[in-house]
Amino acid sequence: MTGARPLNPGRWLGVPMLFVILATILFAAPIRMWGLQLPEPIFAMVPAFAWAVIRPSILAPFALLLLGLFLDTFWGGPTGLWGLSLLVAYASVLAVRNMLTGQSRPMLWVWYAGACALSMTAGFLFTMMDSLAMPSLVAVFWQFLATALLFPFAHRLIDRFEDADVRFR
Amino acid sequence: MPFREGPLGDLKVPLTWTAAVALIVAVVIAVAFLLADRRETLQQQAYGVTRQTVDTVSKPVSGVIAAPGRWTGVGVDAVRNYFFAGSENARLKTELKEMRAYRDRYLALVDENERYKSLLGLKTDPPIPMVAARVVADSRGPFANTRLADAGKEKGVVVGNPVMNERGLVGRVVGVAPGASRVLLLTDIASRTPVMIDRTNSRAILTGDGGPNPKLEYLRGSEPIQAGDRVVTSGDGGVVPRGLPVGAAVKGLDGRWRVVLFADSASIDYIRILLFKDFAQLADQQALAAKVLPPVITENPDQSILGPARPAPPPATTGAAPAAPRAPTTPAPTTTRPATPGTGAPATTRPPAATRPATSTTPATTAPARTPQ
Repeated sequence: MTGARPLNPGRWLGVPMLFVILATILFAAPIRMWGLQLPEPIFAMVPAFAWAVIRPSILAPFALLLLGLFLDTFWGGPTGLWGLSLLVAYASVLAVRNMLTGQSRPMLWVWYAGACALSMTAGFLFTMMDSLAMPSLVAVFWQFLATALLFPFAHRLIDRFEDADVRFR
Repeated sequence: MPFREGPLGDLKVPLTWTAAVALIVAVVIAVAFLLADRRETLQQQAYGVTRQTVDTVSKPVSGVIAAPGRWTGVGVDAVRNYFFAGSENARLKTELKEMRAYRDRYLALVDENERYKSLLGLKTDPPIPMVAARVVADSRGPFANTRLADAGKEKGVVVGNPVMNERGLVGRVVGVAPGASRVLLLTDIASRTPVMIDRTNSRAILTGDGGPNPKLEYLRGSEPIQAGDRVVTSGDGGVVPRGLPVGAAVKGLDGRWRVVLFADSASIDYIRILLFKDFAQLADQQALAAKVLPPVITENPDQSILGPARPAPPPATTGAAPAAPRAPTTPAPTTTRPATPGTGAPATTRPPAATRPATSTTPATTAPARTPQ
């Protein structure tokens, strides 16, 4: 039963987490050129989508929770906001992962954008409840757009590990 | 007996279900974190040890990452200054010419203002000490707008300190760690700042929403605001000092009044943290903590306006004229009691100073019925 070999958590969970943290720190640099700042995408959406597509896992939700807590503490937002928002997206993708298997790259991109929109909507609602105020929809849209453009990284991660454990094909 | 040989040895929990349970547990933990969060409070203890540690660690890391960008900006500025020195010189000369007129007007107004202050006896606030800091990281998302500055506890920064750059108010400190402090920007959705319209003194609350232009809420008064009005801090509530420049009013596409922040017209690389905690800081604490309390002022029982009028004692026969005829020009206490015989000094009947009101020189017309006839 060679297809049942488990994935090495350090490779499919640990390394992407490390890259997400590094990219987040890098894009938090206070650089302003000609009045424009760097975008602030949610890099953690890449593993949130890819991990759910690759296979169900016990460790992945906790890895996402850790990533979300890091985002909240590093960005100075409400603790738990991004952990919960990422987990909402992860759970939704996990629930429909059978429909995603074998989809073409553009269709997967659409699904990824849907997951991003779901996560941002969850963040929007949680922030409304937490702060009793409505966040700017324009700002939410720009962050959604920047995050949706990260799909190639998610696709690369899926390609790399999708066939590693055939039990979940 | 090994576990696998026992009755539960063949029990296999489906991974999918286990993963679902793990997911639910993670969600519950995240909800608990979110409910326990108190980010918007001004309490030092609300900024937990974890956040302090992350800030302390992030400061050098982000500082190193931000350094190339800073150097690049300096280099670009140098190149731009070199190539555009001529046109900039002409622009600056024009600006200087305009500024000279403003300077003369400014000096005249300062002089006039000083005279008004002295006439009114107005007490102005003392200057507030400041700490300069460099921003090493910032978040610009819709749900969190904060900056990480490289000055912390060791420089006297505390939670609640207002933060400015060279143009205007940036935000306030919401977390302090050794060597770093977290600044909540005016644009953050949790930010609420009491402001006023400089032209009309109308009060409002500046409310962030994650976008670049925070909203003006709870505007009061009729016609309180016009486009272009200057918005400054009102000082209400004592969170920030009064009069710090914030921005200019504009009407948003959604019909709400918003503010274009002055601070946005300059880079927020370097900031100034005002070591202002509350208005008690501006008062003379030594004077407030006086050890000697003022005397307790009580009513003189002999002169109670509630009791029955006492029969008038015989007038003094020492040759001194009765005080009553001079009542309109003498203090009341001297007319309510006759002079002590043999002394001829009405003042000797005065009660101890500690039990008399400070206004003991009230004219006698206040108690004419008690005046001996």
